[in-house]
Amino acid sequence: MLTFTIRRLILAIPTLLFISLVIFLLLELAPGDPMAEVPLTVPPEVKEKMRLALGLGEPGYIRFYKWLVQFFWVEPQILFDHMFGTTFAEGKQRIISWQHRGPVMDVVVERLPQTLWVVGLSYIVGILIALPIGIYSAYKQYSLFDQAGTFITMIGYSIPPFFTGPLVIVLFSVNLGWFPFIYDTTHEVVDWDSFVYQLRQMIMPVMVLALQTTAQISRYMRASMLDNLNQDYVRTARAKGLSERVVVLVHVLRNSMIPVVTVIALGLPAIFGGAIITEQVFSVNGIGAQLIGAIQANDLPTVQTLTFMFAFLIVFFNLIADVLYGILDPRIRYD
Amino acid sequence: MTDTTNTEPATPPHSQWYDVWHQFKAHKGALLGGIIFLIIVFGVFIGPLLWPYDATYIDIRARNQGPSLAHPFGTDQLGRDLLARMMAGGQTSIAVGLTAMLLALSLGSFVGIIAGFFKKLDGPLMRLTDLFLALPILPLLLVMMMLFREPLSSAVGPERGIFILIVVAIGVTSWMPTARIVRGDVLALKEREFVLAARSIGTSNKNMITRHILPNVLSPIMVSATLGIANAIITESALSFLGLGFPPDFPTWGRLLNDAVQYLQDYPERVFWPGLGISLTVLSVNYLGDGLRDALDPRIRGR
Repeated sequence: MLTFTIRRLILAIPTLLFISLVIFLLLELAPGDPMAEVPLTVPPEVKEKMRLALGLGEPGYIRFYKWLVQFFWVEPQILFDHMFGTTFAEGKQRIISWQHRGPVMDVVVERLPQTLWVVGLSYIVGILIALPIGIYSAYKQYSLFDQAGTFITMIGYSIPPFFTGPLVIVLFSVNLGWFPFIYDTTHEVVDWDSFVYQLRQMIMPVMVLALQTTAQISRYMRASMLDNLNQDYVRTARAKGLSERVVVLVHVLRNSMIPVVTVIALGLPAIFGGAIITEQVFSVNGIGAQLIGAIQANDLPTVQTLTFMFAFLIVFFNLIADVLYGILDPRIRYD
Repeated sequence: MTDTTNTEPATPPHSQWYDVWHQFKAHKGALLGGIIFLIIVFGVFIGPLLWPYDATYIDIRARNQGPSLAHPFGTDQLGRDLLARMMAGGQTSIAVGLTAMLLALSLGSFVGIIAGFFKKLDGPLMRLTDLFLALPILPLLLVMMMLFREPLSSAVGPERGIFILIVVAIGVTSWMPTARIVRGDVLALKEREFVLAARSIGTSNKNMITRHILPNVLSPIMVSATLGIANAIITESALSFLGLGFPPDFPTWGRLLNDAVQYLQDYPERVFWPGLGISLTVLSVNYLGDGLRDALDPRIRGR
C-alpha cells in the first residue's frame, strides 16, 4: 500500500507539470495585452519598460520556469515564514497580479475562507442528506419513497445551480423575505445576533450547492446498497438472527460505503467548480469570483495560478480516492 | 439451437431494434422524456415560423410587460417578446448541445476504439485521457472563451465565431468518459469468437473496426450521446450565464437567464422560463439516456 501511494505521488508530479504547461501555453496564445488599459499618451518606450517590469520581456520557457519556481518554491516559503516567523523568502519575487499589482496569493488567502466555508458546509450538508436517502431507497426498492427519491435526485442532477440559485432567491428573498439577497463577506461573527445573521446568509448558497451533491451521492449510495443487499453474507447475517437494523446499518452499510467514500472524495473538486457559478449568483466574494474577475480584467498571472490550483485539487483528491479505496477494501491490492 | 430445419418460431421473428423499442416503451420515464425532448426541439425550430414576433424586434413602448394574450411570457426591458426569444434561445442552446455532443462523441469513440483495438496505442492514449480528466474543465473553458472570442469573432463573424468556439471548447473537454467506456467494451469484444473468425478469413483492421467492432459498441455510444447533450447544454448555459458565452443581444437560454437575473428584484418571474427550458431539456434527455441504457442492454431486455 505504501509503495503504491508513493508511486502515485511520483506519478502525480508529471501530471501536474503537464497541466501547468497546458494552462501556460493556452495563456501564451492570449491576444490580450496587459498594457491595453494604459493611456495612449504614455510613450512607447515607457510602455516597453512597463512590460519588462511585468516580466514579459523574456521568452516563454523562462517565464514558465519562473512561474513554476514562484508557485512551488517561493510561495510555500512565504507560507512557512508566515507560520513560523522565519525569513526564508525575504526579497524573493512572488507571483504578481496585473490587476491589483500585489501578490496573487495574498488575494487568494483573503478570499479562500469564504469559498471554503460555503463549499465545505454545503458538501457536508449534502452528504448528510444523501446517505440516509440512498440507504432507505435501496432498502425499500421500488417503494413510493424510492420512486420519489429517484425523481428528486434526477431533478437535482438536471437543474443547474444558476437556475436553482435565482429560484431560491425569488422564493426566499423576494417573496418571503427570510434570507438576505447578497452575501455580506465583511460580516464578522461577534455575538449571537451576528452569528444568526451569518447562518441566514449562508443558508441559500449552501442549499443550492448541497442539492447537487445530494443528487449525485444518493444515486451512488442507492446503487451500492442494492449491489450488497442481495449478497450471501446478508442472508447469513439474517439467518443468525441479527436484527434488521444491525444487518442493514452495520453489515451492508459498511461494505456499501467503500465505493461511496471514493465518490465523495472525487466529487470535491467538481463542487469547487460549481462554486464558481454559485458565488456569482449570490455575490459571494470567494476564489470563484476572483477567477471571473481576473478573466474579465485580463489578469493572466491570477488566472494561471487559480486555474492551476483547481487542477491541483483534482489531482490531489483523485490520489486520495485511490488510496482510500485501497485502504478500505482489503480485496484490492495494488502491489 | 443447432437444429434449424423444421422448427417454426412460435412468434414471428422480429429485428433487434424492435426488441430495443419494446423495452424502451416499458420505461415510462424514458418514453415521456423522449416525447418532451421532441416537443421542445420541434417547438423551438418550428415555433418561430408560426409566431408573429421576431426575437430581436424592439418595441420600446411595450417594455417590461407581464404575461398577456399578445405576449404569453411577457416582454423584456426593450419590449422584445420573451416567447420569441425563448424559442430563438432554444434553437441556439439545442444546436450547441447537439453539435458539441457529436464532436465529443466522435472524438471519444475514435480514441476509445483506437486505444482498445491497437495494444501499442492503449497506454499513451489512456494516459492522455487521464490527463484530460485531471484538467479543471470550467475554469479552462472560461479561459478559452476569454482568449479566443475576439479573434474568432473578427474572423468569421460574432455569432458563428462564438458558436464554433463554444462547440469546440465543450467538445475537446468532454470526450473522456466516452473514450473510457468505449475502450473497455472494445477490449472485451476483441476476445470474442466472432472477431477471431473475422480475423481468420483475413479481415483488414479497417473493416474489422467498421464492420465488427463499431456496430457492437453503438449502445454505450448512444447512451453517452444523451448524457453528452445534457452536459453540453448545461455548460453552454453556464458560460452564457457568466457572461462569457454568446454576445449580449444574441439570445440563448443561459443568456436570457443572465438578463433576467439582473432584473430579479423588479421582475422575478422572468427567471422562470429560460431556467425551465434548460432544466426540462436536461431532465428529459437524462431520462431518455436512462431508458436507452436499459433498452440497449440485452441482459435486462426481455424481463
